[in-house]
Amino acid sequence: MKVLVPVKRVIDFNIKPRVKADGTGVETAGVKMSMNPFDEIAVEEAVRLKEKGIATEVVAVSVGVQQAQDTLRTAMAMGADRAILVLTDVAVEPLAVAKILKALVAKENPDLMLLGKQAIDDDMNATGQMLAGLLGWGQGTFASKIEIADGKATVTREIDGGLETLTLALPAIVTADLRLNEPRYASLPNIMKARKKPLETIAPADLGVDVTPRLTIVSVAEPPARQQGIKVESAADLVARLRNEAKVI
Amino acid sequence: MAVLVFLDHESGVIRQASRSAVTAARALGEVHVLVTGDAPVAEAAARIDGVAKVLRAAGAAAAHELAEPLAAVIADLAPGYSHILAASGASGKNVLPRAAALLDVQPIPDVVSIVDADTFVRPIYAGSALATVKSSDAKKVLTVRASSFDPAPAEGGAAPIEQVAVPEGPVLSEFVSIALSQSERPELESARVIVSGGRGMQNEENFKLLNPLADRLGAAIGASRAAVDAGFVPNDYQVGQTGKIVAPDLYIAVGISGAIQHLAGMKDSKVIVAINKDPEAPIFQVADYGLVGDLFEILPQVEAALDTAG
Repeated sequence: MKVLVPVKRVIDFNIKPRVKADGTGVETAGVKMSMNPFDEIAVEEAVRLKEKGIATEVVAVSVGVQQAQDTLRTAMAMGADRAILVLTDVAVEPLAVAKILKALVAKENPDLMLLGKQAIDDDMNATGQMLAGLLGWGQGTFASKIEIADGKATVTREIDGGLETLTLALPAIVTADLRLNEPRYASLPNIMKARKKPLETIAPADLGVDVTPRLTIVSVAEPPARQQGIKVESAADLVARLRNEAKVI
Repeated sequence: MAVLVFLDHESGVIRQASRSAVTAARALGEVHVLVTGDAPVAEAAARIDGVAKVLRAAGAAAAHELAEPLAAVIADLAPGYSHILAASGASGKNVLPRAAALLDVQPIPDVVSIVDADTFVRPIYAGSALATVKSSDAKKVLTVRASSFDPAPAEGGAAPIEQVAVPEGPVLSEFVSIALSQSERPELESARVIVSGGRGMQNEENFKLLNPLADRLGAAIGASRAAVDAGFVPNDYQVGQTGKIVAPDLYIAVGISGAIQHLAGMKDSKVIVAINKDPEAPIFQVADYGLVGDLFEILPQVEAALDTAG
């Protein structure tokens, strides 16, 4: 079974993003970039499937700038076998990413696509669902558990009221939620090994995909700051203020 | 042109968040709603104030709000609508992007403000920035943040109900089971008061110490990601960027340090109280009232103060 795992290069989750002074976006120049944390979880799950003997090959894919190679090397250091970079300087939206991935699926014929449920930059939470729609495949989003057996995936999903379990006919799309697993740190020997693993670079045009964005960014602004609060000295003072000042109880 | 809202329900009860989506939709045109499930769900949808027509996708194929058949239903209905909306809950986020792909539309998730028919404001980077985006797609597919739109009243409408067919297609996914958390408390997304616990609660047993406070305030109970990951409470308690986005009148954060992912889920609350032993905890930067100290000493004191006349 072949597993394809798309990964995105984003601002490291420990860095507080700064809105550019001209309001056109968020500053990424000179900022530490890392693999989207949800995508790390997806890579980890794919590698575990390989370690269990269920997956035979794990292919990492990224759509983005040249430096997204680093993200793909990280995925290979975690255990992916090879990687494909779809090179573009355009800030590609989920619809276009889904179209690119659909074209790659036609080339690679995976049995399972594992994606992070959302990227922590644009917070779209859409690519997996959109790819499933374009391919006409079943989807198991926000997965906290995946079991593969008898040509089916059984997926436990985190939903608003609790947990839901579905079975999906393979091939299928699964998107990873936080509690699916805890991703490993790549060891130094594996990082060295990953440098020698194959990394193919292609262009969106090679796949016949138009990546022109559908959304124009009118402006990006800081959210309104909350007014500075106060420290209270005691529980009694707190309750009195909630009653008499804030009038919320 | 009319606007279509997918209303999600849980165990036959339409989620309050979906009624917020109705309010958002009213700013864009006449509101038609799509529901699944038994007849009483459609009847409840018909009574929502501001709903002009209810479309009911009935039958086994539409049960459990599975994304594959529902997205196909939405794509079939789409020619009659300028905008397609849902609340940004697990169900809307599961179904709408798939429908958008079928329509060749880039969806716009988590809308917090509607500027005009093409232009919307949405948070990015876990709420660290607000992006105003203008869509060039002929049709717009949006999910909206319930915390940013008041829910449409559950009563006041008398809309006609029509059946819609679920297109035939291969069975791609099958429902196996659902495990819903049982609670007598209000839902997080509709609660007026929320008491939330974090890593500072230390363990599952101690987390229950929030119950007496929540009982006194009629509050829902939430949790930080750290508390959920540590197994103190189930996943559906999680408040934050990847959990529930809430904006109650009063949010009491107990033993929560205030990671950005958590703040993204609650910083629009009207009044925020933080109880934490670390005076430098980032939660105090968003708190209106901060109380520094040992939560295990403070909680009983707050309960006692609430019990005294006031």
